[in-house]
Amino acid sequence: MRKSRILGWLGSAALAAALAGAAHAAGVPTDGSIGFQESVTPNMDMVEKLHTIAFVIITAIVVLVLGLMIFIMLRFNEKANPVPSKTSHNTLLEVVWTAAPVMIVLFLIAVATRPLYYLDTIPEDAMTVKAIGNQWNWDYVYPDHGGFEFNSAPLTIEEAAEKNVPGRLAVTEPMVVPVGQKIRVIVTASDVLHAFAVPAFGVKIDAVPGRLNETWFEVREPGTYYGQCSEVCGQLHYNMPIEVRVLPQAEFDAWVLEKNPEYVKNEGITTEARNTNTGE
Amino acid sequence: MVAIDGHSDAHAHSDKPSFFKRWFLSTNHKDIGTLYLWFGMASGLLGGFLSFMMRLELKEPGIQIFASEHTYLVFTSMHGLIMIFFMVMPALIGGFGNWFGPLMIGAPDMAFPRLNNLSFWLLPVAFVLLVSSFFVQGSSGGDGFGGGWVMYPPLSTSGHEGPAFDLIIMGLLAAGFASIFGAINFITTILNMRAPGMTMHKMPLFAWSILVTAFLLLLALPVLAAALFMLFFDRNAGTGFFNPAMGGDPEMFQHLFWFFGHPEVYIMILPAFGIVSHVVSTFSKKPIFGYLGMAYAMVAIGVVGFVVWAHHMYTVGMDVDLKLYFMVATLVIAVPTGIKIFSWLATMWGGSIKFTIPMMWAIAFIFLFVVGGVTGVVLSMPAIDVALHDTYYVVAHFHYVLSLGAVFGLFCGFYYWFGKIFGVMYNKLLAQIHFWTFFIGVNVVFFPQHFLGMQGMPRRYIDYPVEFATYNEISTYGAFITLAGVIAFFVMLAEAFIVRRPAADNYWGEGATTLEWTLSSPPPYHQFNTLPRVK
Repeated sequence: MRKSRILGWLGSAALAAALAGAAHAAGVPTDGSIGFQESVTPNMDMVEKLHTIAFVIITAIVVLVLGLMIFIMLRFNEKANPVPSKTSHNTLLEVVWTAAPVMIVLFLIAVATRPLYYLDTIPEDAMTVKAIGNQWNWDYVYPDHGGFEFNSAPLTIEEAAEKNVPGRLAVTEPMVVPVGQKIRVIVTASDVLHAFAVPAFGVKIDAVPGRLNETWFEVREPGTYYGQCSEVCGQLHYNMPIEVRVLPQAEFDAWVLEKNPEYVKNEGITTEARNTNTGE
Repeated sequence: MVAIDGHSDAHAHSDKPSFFKRWFLSTNHKDIGTLYLWFGMASGLLGGFLSFMMRLELKEPGIQIFASEHTYLVFTSMHGLIMIFFMVMPALIGGFGNWFGPLMIGAPDMAFPRLNNLSFWLLPVAFVLLVSSFFVQGSSGGDGFGGGWVMYPPLSTSGHEGPAFDLIIMGLLAAGFASIFGAINFITTILNMRAPGMTMHKMPLFAWSILVTAFLLLLALPVLAAALFMLFFDRNAGTGFFNPAMGGDPEMFQHLFWFFGHPEVYIMILPAFGIVSHVVSTFSKKPIFGYLGMAYAMVAIGVVGFVVWAHHMYTVGMDVDLKLYFMVATLVIAVPTGIKIFSWLATMWGGSIKFTIPMMWAIAFIFLFVVGGVTGVVLSMPAIDVALHDTYYVVAHFHYVLSLGAVFGLFCGFYYWFGKIFGVMYNKLLAQIHFWTFFIGVNVVFFPQHFLGMQGMPRRYIDYPVEFATYNEISTYGAFITLAGVIAFFVMLAEAFIVRRPAADNYWGEGATTLEWTLSSPPPYHQFNTLPRVK
């Protein structure tokens, strides 16, 4: 069992670079993978792209330093170079290795600014879901759909195995959102700090008592995506997963009706209608 | 680097006081330095034990080792606090700073020897307070405090109603005051007690690093003390500094904490920078390349280190323009850090490098610090941090700069000055075994954690989805290798003290040019009764 896991790791480590996570479901971590979870939102696309740029740069820096060190150790060891030089200054060299990092830093600032503002600017036509962190479960509220709410608690390992869903990730009742729709998540907490995070969405925001934080995402593919509480919140911190089920619009509407049968009758405002009202 | 005119007084007093008076009422900077080193080593053992238990637990999915989830969080929290406040800081600053700060600047002792004694003896008091919290009610989950070393409210206020956290507050306040006293002492000593002729710009880089560190301590620790007092009052006196129900703000604590916490990481790494500079120069048999640049790079890191704190808080819901500012300020630190790395390489360039044990630690330090540093560049960008914040990527990052940076600097200095401090030499083969097992071990522990973080595994989890199993298992095997390294270290230590090979005055030869090498090994009980003159 243990041996096969290591062998599996060796295999997947070799494959990971070539296949970049081709053969696994989105929304759950992949054992042995060395990259991000597969992105399903423009948000995470941004994160991934920026990380790729940064990763190339840092790898180049590490390889440069390692290469220089190996060269120095071979060329300037006691045997190869018995008489040390006495050089302790070289103004040009010092200017260069100050200026080069400055250029890299300026470049990184230039490429990292747009993604930062993109991720932090909540689109005005977004549908709103409110997530409230409690020790140790989440409440989800749908203010745009009549304000119904429900609790989302973790399944035990046994329950998850019975239902054939991932343990420590699956919950009793997931947050549900429509596909291809911008979703604003308003996040707060009822007791201590928590953090709402879904890796495949590129979303992570602290849940702070007495404070409303917001973030957003737009999922491309229907499916089930998992995240975990990401701010230490007490003894069951590890067991406070987030599950988001992304449905086609029609199925989502049906789900809303099931949760809140009076919704259309009383409010009569669909997402499209609300957007028309606000002049979008 | 420093030319010496006139010899120090080697046959000074040999009137060493009795054992109790010498070690418990000590005012001698070298004895206090030795006490700090042994103290750091002892707390390092406890802190290391805690982390080893964590790795054992994480070897497989499920909960195997710990009786309660709360205890696991207590272990993670205490591991951080003990390693930072009771291992790295006492050993690097208290130990080597006390020993070689005065020796390198040609001073007979520290400026305030009795204050120095108080600085040290507050630490065991602090340590007892901190460790006793293990056995006192913390939260409803059990004994001890499990809110992380960052101690964020409300988990540290309403989340931990028992007295365990009050003991930690008092322990950290005691340790903090000890450090503030130490900082005052170092600043006064270094600014006023340099030997005649030793201007600031001739001062050895280790003394520079201790000076900058002392200023950071002096400015950062009072802020931590204030934050801790506010937590204490919130918990026990009905105030609501961090309680939203009373108009307070839990986020305010995070700002105060990280205003201390970020300079704190430089407090831990700057002395290591100083040590590595001397070791690289000694064993390349060359003077430090770009000495002034090296000194002022440390000053720059210290200054900029005070204005980047909120990069630890990108996900708290901060204004986007503020995030931009903190990203820019954080990236700026890459520049002076780059100057240091390249100056070390340039010092080695053209040198005649001897691969002694301390040089191996120094070379490993430079490389591993680069690895840890570049992941810091990645994390400084909020648009990437959103994916990596509070994951194992962050754990890997700060262990590369601290566990493989500061701790490698610590061992580097330990082997460099071993003979000078203890008057005996270590066995090179045992020291080699220690280096290689430790080097391989910590890399196997921490490198796979980058991958766990990329896949999104959060920190401070006692149990995890099976999808994270492989790298956790590998990481735990690394912990076993590291344990072997630690055992090798103590075997090395025991062997050196049993065999007692005497150390020469300057056992490193021509490359070792600072003032401590003009003295005997170990130095006389009181040195420099006639001040050395530096040309």
